[in-house]
Amino acid sequence: MTPWGHGAARPPLWLLAELTYRCPLHCAFCSNPVDYARHEAELDTASWRRVLAEARALGAVQLGFSGGEPLLRDDLEELVAHARGLGFYTNLITSGVGLTSARASALKAAGLDHIQLSFQDSTRELNDFLSSTRTFELKSKVAGIIKAAGYPMVLNCVMHRFNLQHVERIIEMAERMGADFLELANTQYYGWAWLNRAALMPTAAELRAAEAIVEAQRTKLGGRMKILWVSPDYADAKPKPCMAGWGAVFMVVAPDGLAMPCHSARMLPGPALPNLQAMSVREAWHDSEAFNRYRGQAWMDPTCGGCDERHHDFGGCRCQAFLVTGDAAATDPVCPKSAHRGRIDDMLDAAAMDRTDGVPARPLRFVPGARRSAGLVFRSDENSRACSVPGAEPC
Amino acid sequence: MITPGANPRMSALYRLQFESTQDSWVLLYPEGMVRLNAPAAEILQRCDGRRTVAKIVAELEIAFAQTPLHDDVVAFLSLALQRGWLQEAQP
Repeated sequence: MTPWGHGAARPPLWLLAELTYRCPLHCAFCSNPVDYARHEAELDTASWRRVLAEARALGAVQLGFSGGEPLLRDDLEELVAHARGLGFYTNLITSGVGLTSARASALKAAGLDHIQLSFQDSTRELNDFLSSTRTFELKSKVAGIIKAAGYPMVLNCVMHRFNLQHVERIIEMAERMGADFLELANTQYYGWAWLNRAALMPTAAELRAAEAIVEAQRTKLGGRMKILWVSPDYADAKPKPCMAGWGAVFMVVAPDGLAMPCHSARMLPGPALPNLQAMSVREAWHDSEAFNRYRGQAWMDPTCGGCDERHHDFGGCRCQAFLVTGDAAATDPVCPKSAHRGRIDDMLDAAAMDRTDGVPARPLRFVPGARRSAGLVFRSDENSRACSVPGAEPC
Repeated sequence: MITPGANPRMSALYRLQFESTQDSWVLLYPEGMVRLNAPAAEILQRCDGRRTVAKIVAELEIAFAQTPLHDDVVAFLSLALQRGWLQEAQP
């Protein structure tokens, strides 16, 4: 028994190693914490090697190298080789910036299994605007490098009001590039996306129209390229089975060694999260307060605890509950049974109002300084430092 | 439906691996995992692009002292092919 009284947890299956928060892109929907500039420390190579070995010994088998941009770590090849030697299935989640043919080959030789490449849109203009970088041509070239090196390739595109209308062209682009999977990741509102939610939020009608196109394209493709449509949970009004349950299968390790049950847990109130610089993966997973806080069902309020859906959605998302209601243990506010569902509907209604106000489409332009533009706060060190000051209005 | 003369092999997208902590064989693919039951693992381990379906069936019938297994094996291989776990090797 742990001190938290939940009994032995199953081992983790998934480890996401966020190697660095450094990134050449400035995406307005980045899932990194808005105050990432406060957390610049990075685990060194030896520490990462230890973390990978400990997680693998516990039973973790899927490993994602993410960030920030993981290619900015020059020990990536060494860590991939180490992970592959341990028996991990290794995934690189990248913007593509820095992936030369030479590096793709070196990573292949190290045993990298798969590469997930991000695009922001099917057009150069919008891709470059949303990332505040001139990277569309580079990403297109990198897609070719990934295929030429013989990797399975997943294309990932975060979806929102700016690019939902391009969904058919995004699918065509992915097919043309030879992607094995396409992940259409409807924006989840955390980090920078939460900061930019008013500007990014599509209407329910726009989401339904895009989903219908996805369905038609799936039929047309006949399984040639699988398309994952990540549920837009605000509009679908259905809590997602976030992380397949808190502390159930998933551990994220932040660049500074913080072990988290999900990408966003750093911002939750409560006791400090465990840091793997001073703790083993086993101890963090099984014994830390943080990984046991919402594990299982004992923490649930009567709305979730008495609902049959708890076996499928595991109570939804704790970070969403905190952001929208101020209480991380509350029922996920996207659920129609939540007392706070009205706050989600207000946001969706505001998106629809925005369209009927007759406001012309905002002009898109390249923003070298990555400052505020078109109602968006771009991810940048400068903006992150501004967001790190308590109570500060970003930029 | 897969033919008896076909030589199925694992698709490049999938990796077959035994996981001791789960005490089972698993199929690993980009950001996903399928846990296999014992018969499925026995069949997939023999899909090396050289063995024909007929040979795989014959081996399993000897290994498990059980006949006939043809229909069960072909049904599973056809499903695995359809899901993209397997591909038919070029003759």
